[in-house]
Amino acid sequence: MTIIPLDRTRTANGASGGTPVLEARGLTKHFPVHGHRGARRAVVHAVEDVTLALPQAGITAVVGESGSGKSTLARLLARLIKPTAGAVLLDGAPVSSRQRYARQVQLVLQDPFSSLNPVHNTRYHLARPLRLHGLASGANLDTQIAELLERVALSPSFAAKYPHELSGGQRQRVAIARALAMQPRVLLADEPVSMLDVSIRLGVLNLLAGLRDREGLAILYVTHDIASARYLADVIAVMYAGQIIESGPAALVTDAPAHPYTQLLLSAAPDPDRAEPPSLRGRGAPPNLIRPPGGCRFHPRCPFAMTVCADERPAAIEVAPGQSSACWLHAKGLTAAQSRPLREPGTEARPLTEPVTEAQRPQGPGEEKR
Amino acid sequence: MNSSDILISVRGLCVDYGLGDEAVHAVVDADLELRRGETLGLAGESGSGKSTLAYAITRLLRPPGVITAGSAYFGSSVNLLTAGQRELRGLRWNEIAVVLQSSMNALNPVLSIGTQFSDVLRAHRPDMSRADRRARSGQLLEMVGIPADRLSSYPHELSGGMRQRVMIATALALDPSVVIMDEPTTALDVVTQREILEELMTLRDRLGFAVLFISHDLSLLVEIADSIAVMYAGRLVERAGASAVFRAPRHPYSLGLLSSFPALHGPRQAMEGIPGSPPDLRDMPSGCPFHPRCGYAFDRCRSDPPPPLLELDAGTRAAACWLQDGREAVPAELALTAVDAVSANSGGRA
Repeated sequence: MTIIPLDRTRTANGASGGTPVLEARGLTKHFPVHGHRGARRAVVHAVEDVTLALPQAGITAVVGESGSGKSTLARLLARLIKPTAGAVLLDGAPVSSRQRYARQVQLVLQDPFSSLNPVHNTRYHLARPLRLHGLASGANLDTQIAELLERVALSPSFAAKYPHELSGGQRQRVAIARALAMQPRVLLADEPVSMLDVSIRLGVLNLLAGLRDREGLAILYVTHDIASARYLADVIAVMYAGQIIESGPAALVTDAPAHPYTQLLLSAAPDPDRAEPPSLRGRGAPPNLIRPPGGCRFHPRCPFAMTVCADERPAAIEVAPGQSSACWLHAKGLTAAQSRPLREPGTEARPLTEPVTEAQRPQGPGEEKR
Repeated sequence: MNSSDILISVRGLCVDYGLGDEAVHAVVDADLELRRGETLGLAGESGSGKSTLAYAITRLLRPPGVITAGSAYFGSSVNLLTAGQRELRGLRWNEIAVVLQSSMNALNPVLSIGTQFSDVLRAHRPDMSRADRRARSGQLLEMVGIPADRLSSYPHELSGGMRQRVMIATALALDPSVVIMDEPTTALDVVTQREILEELMTLRDRLGFAVLFISHDLSLLVEIADSIAVMYAGRLVERAGASAVFRAPRHPYSLGLLSSFPALHGPRQAMEGIPGSPPDLRDMPSGCPFHPRCGYAFDRCRSDPPPPLLELDAGTRAAACWLQDGREAVPAELALTAVDAVSANSGGRA
């Protein structure tokens, strides 16, 4: 196996440094919950005030656990669901036409076993977007389909195949080809490899990297696997309980995590290189998002929680060039009262009083693999 | 280690789905040993036969699955594959407990956790009193870090991680000597997964049961298992100590699988994974099933079926690859010993 160093010269803000192709500003989504005890207008605070920029020719990974709001964020960016507040800007401006937006921004879903129609062949799946958007017809259609297949490293013979004749990796490639049909500038990939066999995941990830490098696509890579985000992405944003709690250049976030939750996530991830079993700091489960904790949403689990953490939500604070962390530990000028530890040192919080059950989870696909 | 330490010994196990010419060979000629107190990781991708193997040795295989050959001894006397229902009933749960893949859904949604615990105890320990059952259930629940008052909860009132803990606690209810776990943490988030694994390892050390841990995540197995067996397309392709598999794999598939997991540290490098996809069991390639994806394949791999597990390094490990039969020059990356790899790695990483 040859090992080629990847081109990692890009900065956190992408190659261009100018206006990002796609931008989320203060994006918020609350899902109404029906029949929840006690409150008549209860909502799940699925995504709260998320600001994120996808630069041209850059891969931005959104990493989080199930229920963190990462898939909801992808759906908001794809405009499949309407935000409760906030805006999505394409080239710095809002787009009103759904069709115009869809030409620029395309979504690839998690499960290629259900995102392709079993009664139609690959050709149909790829021809449909081309026809609907009036991009090709007649003889031109087959040429374009062959080109699309080539872009995802499949031979033209795949056009005649049906989903059941394809392996998981090939199906996901067809799903990506379908998203590419419109020549979009932004690809939103929601857990594109989590349903695939381990040995073929890298092939699909490398395909996404190639689309970034060769075609300058802006790619959002939503994942629960921080190691794959480190491998693929230029920028990693970590989500917890609906908020982005840390973001920055991928290597920096994983090698020098500045938020206690990112540290927890990294210490829990499988790592064969680890000599000693990791010690988890911040056990427990994510909070109930119908009544999220005040202040920092991680404070009930945080081993470093201070008084201020329970009272006020921390703003993103720059901790290194391009890396920012929404954590009071990095704030300067806290008073003695504010920085008093919330719990006695050495007592680990175990706030499992009210677990998040399936019924209370925000809608969206789980992380279950087959 | 003497032979009395061997709890489960599988020899030449073959499992087909379907009969006659239509049959799909899901497990081919598998040899496996599980020792007392050991954690054996069984790694493989979907369709590699790892779950089928576990179902076969516990006799939980459902039609059209058929065991066509082999033996699986529990201890030295009981052949699990030929044992009668009565004998099996004595062993199941008492000696061999199973935590299934879909165990998050394996709990009965209309019964409280306590009822499900007591069902197990009532069936297998008929002489236990109601109060004893209740006490034992509470004790089991606390053992996995859930307060005993949760016995009156229903499955939907528990989070996924707690349900998984309940499943592990029920499996341990009768103090088995073997626990078979089929992807027990796959559907869980990493933090919950890690917490459950920690608890499991603590319980293993305290209670001394052996674990057959089935997972597709080789990087996880390297961390928690003592030894690892790797399966591909129904065959065991490599068996070795966990760190030996990680540091110095001898089968090209193990090597490829390891290079499919991006690292959490060190320089970021382009990785290739394994080209192609796992074979369709209904349409297997000739020779070694891995040869179409193997960068080291030579003529013999294409014509002859792969060798049985060949003992290497004085019998401490084995690999089923024609490269390792002593007649071929072994490529350097498939001939490492764990010691070389450690020194090379520490040099590179420092």
